[in-house]
Amino acid sequence: MHVSPKARVARERPGFLALAFDRLGALVALMMALALFASPFVTYRPNRIAGGEPRGLLEALPALAGIGILGLMIGIAFVAVWLRKPLIRLTAASLGLALLLPAIGWAARFVSPATNTFARVSPALGFWLLALALGLLLADSLTRLRFGPWERLVSLAIATTLLAILLMSGAWDDVSLVKEYTARAESFWREAEQHLFLALGSLTAAVLVGLPLGILCHRIPVLKSATLQILNIVQTIPSIALFGILMVPLGYLAATVPLAFAIGIRGIGAAPALVALFLYSLLPVVANTVVGLDQVPALVVDAARGMGLSRRQQLTQVKLPLSFPIILTGIRIVLVQNLGLATVAALIGGGGLGTFIFQGIGQTAMDLVLLGAIPIVVMAFAAAVILDAVIDLTSGARA
Amino acid sequence: MIEIDRLTKRLGDTLIVDDVSMVVEAGTIAVVVGTSGAGKSTLLRMINRLIAPTSGRVLIDGQDTMSIPEDVLRHRLGYVIQGNGLFPHRTVAGNIATVPRLLGWDAKRIARRVDDLMTLFQLDPAEFAKKYPHELSGGQQQRVGVARALAAEPALLLMDEPFGALDPVIRNKAQEDLLSIQRRFGTTIVLVTHDMEEAFRLGDRIAVMDDARLLQYGTPAELLTRPAGEFVERLVGTTERPFRLLSLTKVKDVVEPGTSAGQPLDAATNLRDALSHLMWCGRDTLPVSDEGGALLGRITVEGILAHARQPA
Repeated sequence: MHVSPKARVARERPGFLALAFDRLGALVALMMALALFASPFVTYRPNRIAGGEPRGLLEALPALAGIGILGLMIGIAFVAVWLRKPLIRLTAASLGLALLLPAIGWAARFVSPATNTFARVSPALGFWLLALALGLLLADSLTRLRFGPWERLVSLAIATTLLAILLMSGAWDDVSLVKEYTARAESFWREAEQHLFLALGSLTAAVLVGLPLGILCHRIPVLKSATLQILNIVQTIPSIALFGILMVPLGYLAATVPLAFAIGIRGIGAAPALVALFLYSLLPVVANTVVGLDQVPALVVDAARGMGLSRRQQLTQVKLPLSFPIILTGIRIVLVQNLGLATVAALIGGGGLGTFIFQGIGQTAMDLVLLGAIPIVVMAFAAAVILDAVIDLTSGARA
Repeated sequence: MIEIDRLTKRLGDTLIVDDVSMVVEAGTIAVVVGTSGAGKSTLLRMINRLIAPTSGRVLIDGQDTMSIPEDVLRHRLGYVIQGNGLFPHRTVAGNIATVPRLLGWDAKRIARRVDDLMTLFQLDPAEFAKKYPHELSGGQQQRVGVARALAAEPALLLMDEPFGALDPVIRNKAQEDLLSIQRRFGTTIVLVTHDMEEAFRLGDRIAVMDDARLLQYGTPAELLTRPAGEFVERLVGTTERPFRLLSLTKVKDVVEPGTSAGQPLDAATNLRDALSHLMWCGRDTLPVSDEGGALLGRITVEGILAHARQPA
């Protein structure tokens, strides 16, 4: 029997909607089932620090809406388990999130009694589990789609824009977290700015010092092992201990050198936080610079020397461009690490979003903790996506 | 012209290059051969001062290389290495433009030079100028490597096993290209290789090195007919000797008067290829014609074999 090649190909390829069991999808579906059937969707509290009453999805929304969302989520869980086309999974996850995120705002409005302005409705385990499951599905489908750097940046921009629209439209105004924000909008932005200042300032300083230090280490092997060992030790000191250690010399400096005091150096506050973050940042920057420069092929360097490039030209025209992606990887590590570590600065009066977290812990006000924590996670995530894309773009041409 | 004068390199107690003197005439190709570790690369790298000699000196057109700043010296000497060492982050055009840029040529002149060289090396500028080295085949990369070395019109080209990484077919082509470009520009070339076949094919003179010392420096014919010692004799290959000797002479130098039947041989063919052709056709004699097709006479197996004999 004659079979045309085209027909054979068509038969071997799985159909667009062919069913195939997916293990990660099963985990996602399990999480969704737990969220939908065994967890409260929101928690209602008569005031900010009172005990909460759990409300399930069907109690938290008008009946029809609740049932509609429940049905759609079950459908998405089915897609996660049985359909492997990344594009379908991406659509399902996006649709789920597009439904879930406004739904929590709607639930908050629906549950809040009109008469009690102190009442708080906050997202509960069910919401968080659903968000996590959908996020997992989204991340997994994005990975399988192997987006290029530009596509990833555009995706990030779209997601950020949608979140901003949701925030500004007022759809979330009754959610406790947003209420918490509205109550202290001014200090929120001040602390967010301070947080960025701590993370980016220490990063800038670390790059300005670490890059030349890395180049020196690359040239002088003795210096390399000594420097990297010292920086490794610094890296092992717990952050709070390092802040404590720095208080003494900085306090002394502020007390004895008027100029140091005049530019804002104190034993506590932003100065020790910046110095500590700077010290933590040095290792990744220096180590990656050294590794990057060391891995430039000897043949390429020999050719550069042979053609009469001076030492400086070899560095700027050949070695640095060729190690740029690796150095950028170091900077990415530092940026994500610093955005997280800057949280601790609040403990020594350095400010930053950590202020809300520690205040929240002190008052057992979870919403306040989240007000500090969520922006930090979002910033770290965005920084990672952006720098990963930049790294891909700089190494892409010669991959 | 390059004069290498009693050049020595010592590392600790080990002699890498031991008291080597040789002269490379302008416009000729000198090939340095020897086993690995014989010191031939070190000798080459002392010419452009990538390695500092322990003693001795190198004169280029009578000027001591030590009196020239090393970067300036290297801008004047083309340098090609095995595996070509192209810059992976620069395009083909960018790689070729390296030295002209260092010399501060204006953009138009650089663009014209890059274009000319790419055309010369059969790399269509429209197709290849914007490509990165990893997008090229090994042979193409090698051609870019040589083009890059020639970019600033150096009078002298140093080549360290330039064709070592190529497969035999591409290597043949690369050698032919190098010869035609050398004839065209009159470039003086010092080339290091461990491949005797390559040495005989390219070298106007061949320098044989062993264990840091220069054993013999002479024309290919001299190496074959009057080898200086057992090592050179073994290196040029005792069984290959007559055939290599034949490959050094062209048919036009052995033409006899007379005519013969058969397809004429080109006068520019070397005797080795001519003999091979006669054997394959099963003939004792064939007519000889020049490039234009005019008959010059004939060639015989006997006449060829006379040139393969050890000189008295």
